[in-house]
Amino acid sequence: MALLPRFGTPASAPRINRAPSSLVAHGLPWVTIVLGSMLPSWLMIASAPVLPPLGFLIFIAWRQLRPGLLPIWAGLPLGMADDLFSGQPFGSAVLLWSVAAIVLELIEARLPWRNFLTEWLVAIGLIVAYVALCLGIANLGGGSAPVRVVLPQIIISMLFYPLSGRFVAAMDRLRLKPIVVLR
Amino acid sequence: MAPPANRRSGFSRRAQYTTFFSYTAGVLGAVLGLGLLAISLTNHDAFGPFRTIAADVTEPAAEAGAKTRVAGKGLVATVSGFFRTGTQQARLQRELDEAKSRLVQAQAIETENRRLKALLGLRDDNPGPVTYARLTASTGGSTRRFATLGAGRDRGVVKGMPVRSATGLVGRVLEVGASTSRVLLITDTESLVPVRRARDGVPAFAQGHGDGTIRIRLVNLGINPLRKGDVMATSGSGGLYRPGTPIAVVTELLRDGAIARVISNPSDTDYVLVEKAWALAEPPPLSSEPQAK
Repeated sequence: MALLPRFGTPASAPRINRAPSSLVAHGLPWVTIVLGSMLPSWLMIASAPVLPPLGFLIFIAWRQLRPGLLPIWAGLPLGMADDLFSGQPFGSAVLLWSVAAIVLELIEARLPWRNFLTEWLVAIGLIVAYVALCLGIANLGGGSAPVRVVLPQIIISMLFYPLSGRFVAAMDRLRLKPIVVLR
Repeated sequence: MAPPANRRSGFSRRAQYTTFFSYTAGVLGAVLGLGLLAISLTNHDAFGPFRTIAADVTEPAAEAGAKTRVAGKGLVATVSGFFRTGTQQARLQRELDEAKSRLVQAQAIETENRRLKALLGLRDDNPGPVTYARLTASTGGSTRRFATLGAGRDRGVVKGMPVRSATGLVGRVLEVGASTSRVLLITDTESLVPVRRARDGVPAFAQGHGDGTIRIRLVNLGINPLRKGDVMATSGSGGLYRPGTPIAVVTELLRDGAIARVISNPSDTDYVLVEKAWALAEPPPLSSEPQAK
């Protein structure tokens, strides 16, 4: 696969006379997150909440992989985009994503050393809180779904998070691919 | 992995201010989200136009997704059908023979119905579907059950129209955009459909249960007359849904109702029909003025 690095030649290493495009380098995270928000709605006509909140997972994964790349206020525009497709009352993702970004920032400042397990545990905490709060907000907005309805979604999202982390890592390599010809 | 060193502001005023302002912006975003949420919770339609515009813009991609979905399902059905052809053929032949005789009966009943309705002076006003389209997207990650329909104002869809598939009721139109509309599926917990048992007309309400099944709530409390396998159909009470559209089959009995399985699973349907909202005919005016005493 082209996205996987070949031995000895990391894909992000600048090749002769090439540099990464700054548009791709800065825009790709936003694009992947918005696409992640849209994708679950296209996969199936679901009759129960079974698909993970992919936009949120990719958002957390980007923030964990590249802490400074997305600004803390990125939850505002990205959450708005997510709210247009998620079916939640408008504003729910704006609020929850912004709070999640701040919480993640605070946790990162206090955890000096990180590894796969701690990052996954932090993400699991955020995912459980996010899905539960989404349920609460949806119920405020007219629904009356019980908590047991979201249990499958929580488990699927927890297990799916490392995969979305891999996806984000692949996108990160793509992001820094030297494609612009220097003159 | 240690965090990147450049995030420690140290003694640099500039770095400290940058950190401070980025946190402030984050908190502002959260506050703004709270405000938007408050607006949308008090006024459900406040952001409807934005949603419909977003659905209209992404419609081509959603339509392509829907086509892929149907093709994938068709492929699976083809492969699995290859292995089951023999038994299926025998069963279908048996069912067809049975269905043929039932069809003759049904035609006789229909003729009789028409004759009796003509005697009573009732007219059968079924104007046919407004349009047909694909369900292109749905909110798979939320506890609310909305779907996007690939037809909007351009094909005469109006808010409140019931949506059904060939087998049963799917939902009703909530918001209408230029070329898409938003459908509240019957499995949503906010959807409440007046139904009756198809066999004898026991009245009930069908409410979404949140997990893809439907909760049947009986109108008359007392001994639960429902049995497993009962088919519930819309009753037409309150207008909106045309009477006689099948909606669910009872699978599990409860004290005051039942849990039912949806007949027309929207994920299995290719095209759905949009019908005119059904309105009850006005009752005939009283023949004489009430007598004044």
